[in-house]
Amino acid sequence: MGEEKVTIVDATGSFCPGPLMELIAELRDTEIGAVVELLSSDKGSAQDVPVWVRKVGHEMLGSEEKDGVWHIRVRKLK
Amino acid sequence: MKILIIGGGMGGTILANNLARRLHAELQDGKARITMLSASERHMYQPGLLYVALGRMMPDELYRDQRSLLEPQIDFHVDPVEEFALDRHQVRAKSGKTYPYDALVIATGSRIFPQGVPGLEEAAEFFYTEESALRMYKRLREFEGGRVVIAVGVPHKCPMAPLEITFMLHDYFKDRGILDKTQIHYTYPIGRTHSLENVAKWATPEFDRLGISYETLFNMKEIDVRGKVVHSEEGTDAPYDLLIAIPAHKGMEVIEKNGLGKSGWIPTHRHRLNMEGRDNVFVLGDTTNLPISKAGSTAHFEADALAENLAAMVKIGAPVRDYDGKVFCFIEAGKDRATYAMFNYQNPPNPKPPTKAVHWFKTAYNKLYWASARGLL
Repeated sequence: MGEEKVTIVDATGSFCPGPLMELIAELRDTEIGAVVELLSSDKGSAQDVPVWVRKVGHEMLGSEEKDGVWHIRVRKLK
Repeated sequence: MKILIIGGGMGGTILANNLARRLHAELQDGKARITMLSASERHMYQPGLLYVALGRMMPDELYRDQRSLLEPQIDFHVDPVEEFALDRHQVRAKSGKTYPYDALVIATGSRIFPQGVPGLEEAAEFFYTEESALRMYKRLREFEGGRVVIAVGVPHKCPMAPLEITFMLHDYFKDRGILDKTQIHYTYPIGRTHSLENVAKWATPEFDRLGISYETLFNMKEIDVRGKVVHSEEGTDAPYDLLIAIPAHKGMEVIEKNGLGKSGWIPTHRHRLNMEGRDNVFVLGDTTNLPISKAGSTAHFEADALAENLAAMVKIGAPVRDYDGKVFCFIEAGKDRATYAMFNYQNPPNPKPPTKAVHWFKTAYNKLYWASARGLL
């Protein structure tokens, strides 16, 4: 079985429109079931993104920081 | 070197003129050539549409003849591209003519896509085309009070537009004497009132002061046109009497059809501005997939950096500068006050309290733009 395809959205250095907006835009154009990994240098995203993901009803797969960049994985469920 | 620019908007025009000045001698002796292909013989100042929607600018103030904005050495054709043959270093345009290049710049811009939200096109007023801005103005003139909802799609051109239209509508209704019969309700996709934290810190108390209600984490899912309700992805509802929308945008259809980028956004290197995987294809303005504002100023500052690099490639065979993510946006805070936000990839903005002076500077810029497009500002 092959590894799951993950779309990377590199929003490091994004103040406007910002990481969550980049994630929302990507998920709008993505198939249901697809996984998106958001890269953000904004520490606020680590809190904002899970709040939105849960409110809308997608799935949070994980969030970890590597060298000042948060890698936030989300699966589109609807 | 044959430089081919696709798109005669702000980015393409500033780039072409800047390059023509830098390469004056090379253009004279045939070492360089600049060709521009555009879909229109007219150039529109798109930020002016906000003012058209409120009756403060006339549509004819927004246009100039594209040829009149360009340096005379630029070879300009109204001939929209239909096929990008990047492996063969050429494009084919609507006329059937093929245009070869050594360096290609794609600056085709973006378009609204209200069709992505069922009911939105039918129910909402918006101001991203001349026709829709005029329709909105006429609708506002007839409006006699009620609940006005501002709803915002993602991604959208001009990140300041949701705030600007909200504050300007407040003053418009106040001037018409119907503010006491009107409730303005602002909605926004993320968890604060603007994507820029410092802008949100300024805007939220302004909303409170002006009696504008707001709801965050609100992404349009569908519109119940008959019931006049916006349903959100988050499961909440916003009933309205007048719906003002900032529709989501997409890149141009020709970009998607040619497989250059999903939703019409081309994957672009954030500093060098080349299309990922292509050393001789560059992307400007709204057409990039960069995580920065889709705004005229972004296209402007990208064009400045790219012009310097393309001219250097002609002169010394190598680029000399990285684009640093610079963006500068005015923010209208009502009918006669404004502030601004300036930032890049490293430094967030810190907008100052709005003043009349900045508003008048923005008003002046609405006229000075034509000098900017000519590459003089």
